[in-house]
Amino acid sequence: MNQVIWVVLLPFVGSVVCLLAHRKAVFALGMAASLGTLIVSVGLVAHVWEHASARVELGGWATPLGIALHLDGLSALFLLLTAVVGVLVGIQAGSYFAQSPELRAMGSRFWPLWLLLWGGLNGVYLCSDVFNAYVLLEISTLAAVGLTILSGSTASLVAGLRYLLAAMFGSFMYLLGVALIYAGTGQLDFLLLSRGVTPQVHTLTAFGLMVFGLLIKSALLPFHFWLPPAHSSAPAPVSAVLSALVVKASFFLLLKIWFVVFESISGGTPGGMPSQLLGILGSLAVFWGSFQAVRQSRLKLLIAYSTVGQLGYLFLIFPILASPDFQGHEALAWGGTIFHLFSHGLAKASLFLAAGCLLQAMGTDDLHAMRDIAGRLPVITFSLGVAGVSLMGLPPSAGFVAKWMLLRAVLASGQWWWAPVIVLGGLLTAAYVFKILAHTFVPSEGEALRLNSVPLVMTLVPLALAILCVLMGFRADEVIALLPAVPHFGTGKNGWEMP
Amino acid sequence: MTFWLPLIVLFSSLVTGLVIFMLPEERSRLRTTLNMLGASVKVAGVFLMAWGLLAHDVVYEVRFTMGFGFDFLLKVDLLSLAFVSLSSNLWFLTTLYAVGYLEGSPNRSRFFGFFSLCVTASTGVALAGNLITFFIFYEFLTLVTYPLVVHRGTPKALEAGRTYLWHAVTAGAVLFLAVVWLQVLSGPFDFVPGGALHAVENLSGTDLKVIFALLIIGLGVKSALVPLHGWLPTAMIAPAPVTALLHAVAVVKAGAFGVMRVIFDVYGKDFAADLGLLSPLALVVVVTILFGSVRALMQRELKRRLAYSTVSQISYIVLGAVVLGPLATVGGLVHLVHQGIMKITLFFCAGILSEFLGIYRIDQMDGVGRKMPVTMALFSIAALGMIGVPPVAGFVSKWHLAQGGIQGGQEWVVAVLVVSSLLNAAYFLPILHACWFKPAAMDFEGTNTQRGTFSKWWEAPWTLMLPTLATALFSLAAGVFAGWEWSPLGVAEKIARGRDGGLP
Amino acid sequence: MSTFSIYSLAAILLVGLGVYGLFTRQHLLRKVMALNVIAGGIFLLLISTAYRNQDLFPDPVPQAMVLTGIVVAISATGFALALVRSIHRRMAESETDPSQDSWDQP
Repeated sequence: MNQVIWVVLLPFVGSVVCLLAHRKAVFALGMAASLGTLIVSVGLVAHVWEHASARVELGGWATPLGIALHLDGLSALFLLLTAVVGVLVGIQAGSYFAQSPELRAMGSRFWPLWLLLWGGLNGVYLCSDVFNAYVLLEISTLAAVGLTILSGSTASLVAGLRYLLAAMFGSFMYLLGVALIYAGTGQLDFLLLSRGVTPQVHTLTAFGLMVFGLLIKSALLPFHFWLPPAHSSAPAPVSAVLSALVVKASFFLLLKIWFVVFESISGGTPGGMPSQLLGILGSLAVFWGSFQAVRQSRLKLLIAYSTVGQLGYLFLIFPILASPDFQGHEALAWGGTIFHLFSHGLAKASLFLAAGCLLQAMGTDDLHAMRDIAGRLPVITFSLGVAGVSLMGLPPSAGFVAKWMLLRAVLASGQWWWAPVIVLGGLLTAAYVFKILAHTFVPSEGEALRLNSVPLVMTLVPLALAILCVLMGFRADEVIALLPAVPHFGTGKNGWEMP
Repeated sequence: MTFWLPLIVLFSSLVTGLVIFMLPEERSRLRTTLNMLGASVKVAGVFLMAWGLLAHDVVYEVRFTMGFGFDFLLKVDLLSLAFVSLSSNLWFLTTLYAVGYLEGSPNRSRFFGFFSLCVTASTGVALAGNLITFFIFYEFLTLVTYPLVVHRGTPKALEAGRTYLWHAVTAGAVLFLAVVWLQVLSGPFDFVPGGALHAVENLSGTDLKVIFALLIIGLGVKSALVPLHGWLPTAMIAPAPVTALLHAVAVVKAGAFGVMRVIFDVYGKDFAADLGLLSPLALVVVVTILFGSVRALMQRELKRRLAYSTVSQISYIVLGAVVLGPLATVGGLVHLVHQGIMKITLFFCAGILSEFLGIYRIDQMDGVGRKMPVTMALFSIAALGMIGVPPVAGFVSKWHLAQGGIQGGQEWVVAVLVVSSLLNAAYFLPILHACWFKPAAMDFEGTNTQRGTFSKWWEAPWTLMLPTLATALFSLAAGVFAGWEWSPLGVAEKIARGRDGGLP
Repeated sequence: MSTFSIYSLAAILLVGLGVYGLFTRQHLLRKVMALNVIAGGIFLLLISTAYRNQDLFPDPVPQAMVLTGIVVAISATGFALALVRSIHRRMAESETDPSQDSWDQP
């Protein structure tokens, strides 16, 4: 089980090596680190598949002085998503950043930052105490902001700074919560905390602050303001990573804080109201984000707003699981949420990468310029279409399975008022996806837009992501089988026992 | 083989479609070969399945379990066999027609790719063994028909596409809600002849009624029940082969087929009648039949008149499902096939007229029968069939529907059929009169140069004439040989017997 | 009033000040400084907990946390300052009227 550490160390080491290496070797080294991380990640998923969860204390030091890593089904799935998207984005980046001297210079800065980000994300998935989670989340944030401003344009600098300020504020709120909880309980470890937490004023304040900070970082409405400019002004491979992975790391931590650490608070009666509030904010995000996406006329901004909307669905898990008459259906809600997270991650990465190809082919990402694209860039249009179908939650795709499970969970929990959110959200998503696709069918007027050539690899990667998204729609069993290792509220078992 | 055959039937068009997407535009010969190969494999596969099922009682079933009661299930029963043989045969013919029709036009790879996917979807709809699988293919159908509707890319086509999409996607969302809700209440179930729900305990009647309403709304958009029919007349902007396919086998039929599945195999006709669900639906159906016919009467464009005629005729199928007498079930089932072959003939002819003579409006059709006697003869056969003149297929359907009405003590059905047939006659007979007996309104000699002239018998390329001829002859044969055991009527009787047991 | 209460109150005051500054000040430098004031408050709270529950020896864990926290905060601040500077330079290059832009208000 000691290979757990490698999934964090390998990207970090790769990052440093890439920083020091000669410009020409950066891609090869970066790819090597990526593939290594993928292999370790897959190994860890297999380990969880066979042996359920595991816990490792680094260097043999016991907590609180040492650092412990905790691997369970949920973190294994996040590791897997990050690794799959990461390797494919890496392949895309290799081709994307090889096209001109400027881009090549950008590429040599991309790899160290991206590997740093990857290591930070993996750390967040594995860490088992609230303070290390803060440090790792902050590492990922700094790397993510660094990636945002990669192109160096004024727009990206402004967007990056706004992102950084919002994220720093969120992190500090979280850290304040950590300070309060430590002052109250003298514990930092997730598990030890979950045993010692009692509903007192300082604990509740700490809980509120930590959740608040993480909500800012996961861009839940109304804290989403920093996301669209940051995600849309970055280079395509970066946008893909930011939208598909980075926001979800904060969401992952939120899940752990909510359902593990403060399980006794959030699961009980006082949890009713806050969880309903999160559900309402999530629903508003679905509507507002999708509505804004429909209004955009630039492709990348549209996709970025779509992220705001799609993230909203994730927050429905809080009210669903807080329902008193929901015993026995937890797996459904978890399955739906994780499936949504996966399908959104794959589809969104595919969309952003395809948008990057279009941007390169057309020289602009204005929707109205996309005339007659369907016939001339069939592969890219096909990827856009397939990924869009998954976002809409229509079959055959992982997005459909996600919506299916979520809707069933909502109806089974007796909270029927979330059902219209899922259904209408899908319609709004259809509105902006078809807004993109309809333009591709319009024949060009007069002289057709001259298209720059796009390397084959760059068109194939979004296609691969989109196809993965479809294929995942046919295999739900494995994911569901991993999920019982997810913490169940009220029971405290299933992988959360100390070994 | 019982596992692979349904998959082969499904994949024959799916793979063809995906390969065609990747073909460069100019490889038209290879594309046609692939298309026809896929279509032939599908027809052969369906034939094999039919033979296995009917002669040897083989059960064809494919099931993937995805967890949480989410089963992907393809299962061949007589009802699905009827629909899948209709769609596979007509796909074969329509592909041939489309090859000729679109010759030389741009974006054909895209067109034929989606065309194949469209048939894949309707095959899936036919073979689906439970509501979830049905829903998957039903929504897939929406997605792949949209590019066909907007194929021309003109503002009008895009507008029609948008109308279609909004109707279909909204309906899909309603259907999704209904399907999931039903599964939450009843647990997973497959289609069972005679209905699956009456066996499930602890279901409240109110819930079932609301879900039924949602299901019918979701399916009613595609089957063009008034007032959800708005998209159908605008969608006729699509190229003729697409309209033909939409009206005869794909979209509209999928909706009607879904209504049948819901009434026959989910609720069960008796159970639905006990819940009081059929009478309101019957009212909607009657309104649709009459409204469609009246609107058709008011149209001056040929394709729009045909489109409104579809609105009316499709509801005959649903009528067969809501009228209690078992003979009406037979009438509805057989009309599923009969309407398909007759309507596709009419649209094929309309396509030939517009493509080679530039005729779009009905007032341009005066005397066209002398210019294109073969085409118009085929048109006349199908039109007479639609009216219900014996011995063409339409008569058989209407006869059984009326009989079923009398059998179930619902004599109003006869009245509705008489009025509707009069209206059908009122909008088809003037066309026939004009094209055969009136003097030519326009100088056809000047207009037929669009695609060059053809010999006396081939008024258009053989790829267009042959499918039209075939479907017209089918419509005639289905009526003349209705008494044969394996005619559409014979199969419909078998299906009805297997379901209701009310037939002698 | 115990020492710990004094420290905590001071910490809360600092955090409140910082939050107020972050939302009311337009100038980017002041925003970055406000964030640092918040951080200062949090570190004060953390370090004060080190002495609270111990009789003889201070708890080492909060000290480790504060040290780590300071490192993180400093890197983030440095990064933010570098960003502010390059934005400012860009604005000057493109000759936009500084008084028109909220980023450059004094």
